[in-house]
Amino acid sequence: MMNHPIFTDNDPQKETFILNLGPTHPATHGVFQNVLVMDGERIISGVSTIGYIHRAFEKIAEHRPFYQITPLTDRLNYCSSPINNMGWHMTVEKLLGIETPKRVDYLRVIVMELARISDHLICNGILGVDTGAFTGFLYLMEEREHIYEIYEEICGARLTTNIGRIGGFERDFNDIAFAKIKKFLVKFPPILKEFETLFNRNRIFIERTSGVAAVDPETALNYSWSGPILRATGVDYDVRVNEPYSSYQDFDFEIPVGTSGDVYDRYIVRNEEMWQSLRIIEQALQKIEKEPKGVFHADVPEFYLPPKEEVYNSMEALIYHFKIVMGEIDTPKTEVYHAVEGGNGELGFYLVNDGGRSPYRLHFRRPSFINYQMYAPMSAGMLLSDAIINMSSLNVIAGELDA
Amino acid sequence: MDKLNNQQVIQSLTSVFGDRISIPSEPYGLLTFETSSENISEVLRFLKEDKDLKFNYLTDITAIHYPEQALSIGVIYHLHSLTNNIRVRIKVFIDGDAPHIPTATNLWEGANWMERETFDFFGVIFDGHPNLVRVLNVDDMTVFPMRREHPLEDPNRVDKKDYFFGR
Repeated sequence: MMNHPIFTDNDPQKETFILNLGPTHPATHGVFQNVLVMDGERIISGVSTIGYIHRAFEKIAEHRPFYQITPLTDRLNYCSSPINNMGWHMTVEKLLGIETPKRVDYLRVIVMELARISDHLICNGILGVDTGAFTGFLYLMEEREHIYEIYEEICGARLTTNIGRIGGFERDFNDIAFAKIKKFLVKFPPILKEFETLFNRNRIFIERTSGVAAVDPETALNYSWSGPILRATGVDYDVRVNEPYSSYQDFDFEIPVGTSGDVYDRYIVRNEEMWQSLRIIEQALQKIEKEPKGVFHADVPEFYLPPKEEVYNSMEALIYHFKIVMGEIDTPKTEVYHAVEGGNGELGFYLVNDGGRSPYRLHFRRPSFINYQMYAPMSAGMLLSDAIINMSSLNVIAGELDA
Repeated sequence: MDKLNNQQVIQSLTSVFGDRISIPSEPYGLLTFETSSENISEVLRFLKEDKDLKFNYLTDITAIHYPEQALSIGVIYHLHSLTNNIRVRIKVFIDGDAPHIPTATNLWEGANWMERETFDFFGVIFDGHPNLVRVLNVDDMTVFPMRREHPLEDPNRVDKKDYFFGR
């Protein structure tokens, strides 16, 4: 491709043309624009334009108290908002030195792994759609719905969840929530198995994905890739293992890695991660049985809002309620970086605090933003149809890309 | 070889750079030190290419603005040594009126958009960057919006004063 002759616009020999892929192309599943120079169906070069849904979250966060930043994190990777929420809570807890009880950690692990499953479900389903198999996507949609029903039972919301509070959860999981999680653990594995039988050895699917957009580990690390797409190249970097948060060290699970880093490997890695997530949820449910019942938040009255009936009836609760809402509580003047393994990779929160009730500076390390920058260079030389499935396998979420 | 700890990283850094890097601190266990924009390229290259340290993974580049300081813009690098599983944070403070710093794109391709984002929001000019243009904001924007002189909301509002936010 490097030797492709470049002709000026008026040259009669010029056969390339410019294709605007996006910003609202149905095959890109989000607001991305790529201006591609095409030679027939082959891409010569491309330029990515992003920022169509930039909402200045970092600026807004400088003017919001900590607990009001959680809804902003929902809107980063909106396919797995609970992971973002938990990541933010844990960042603040790290800043304030709050130790959460084990039961809270395990409850969080359950929600985060459910979110990971729903994230990967969408990605692999969409990958199927882009290779011409709509069935798997529609079939899996129903299961994502069941995950959203579990969220609904826990926090009342479905997509932008705003789940949990600093120090724990706003309320305990009720019996219906546990029943739904257990039902999901029974119902989901056969469906995932069926999905795999539809795709894993499907000749068309393999021909469309195998060897497409293969990336070697050195390049992936050089581009600061993280998450399933990095692991598909064979690098076993997972924040859950490297820097365990929320008691992930108590769980027994494996980090699936690929070998060639192509689209097929990314698909397999994501599928395998779903199986591992199911394992983790099962273990978490068992561990919760052994923990004291009814513990769903750390005992930090300075930061965790007291229940409303106590606010109306007890002096201490009223004082804490006002202190929290009016922001009268001192916080350490320091900085903290906390990373969690999001659906797409290392989701980091860099928080600089000056003692006020809102951050002095908050920076989100957004995996989609960093993963996506390789898209245009790696598309050069690819067929357009390969570039489309490459984009779906990167699982770029516009909200996380633009923040 | 055993995995490195912060003390060993500090030792090898000070043995090479001496007083060209500041005295490191470790907020929440993350090794943090400052250096100057003249030394940053060398420090990054050393951290990346040293055969023991192997800080081969660039986690993040971002900036921060302290308008009251003489060197008002801080550029902040987060590096990660995947084999040793240890992170390091490097800060470089530069002049806010002429914020120049050498690029890291010659070490990591991934620095490209991180630096573009930092330029976009803080106006930091990364010398040697192949394509330093705005990435998230519109191209014809004239200001660098994350600098603190730009208010988020209408400055005439009385319910969003700084003292409501504890500062």
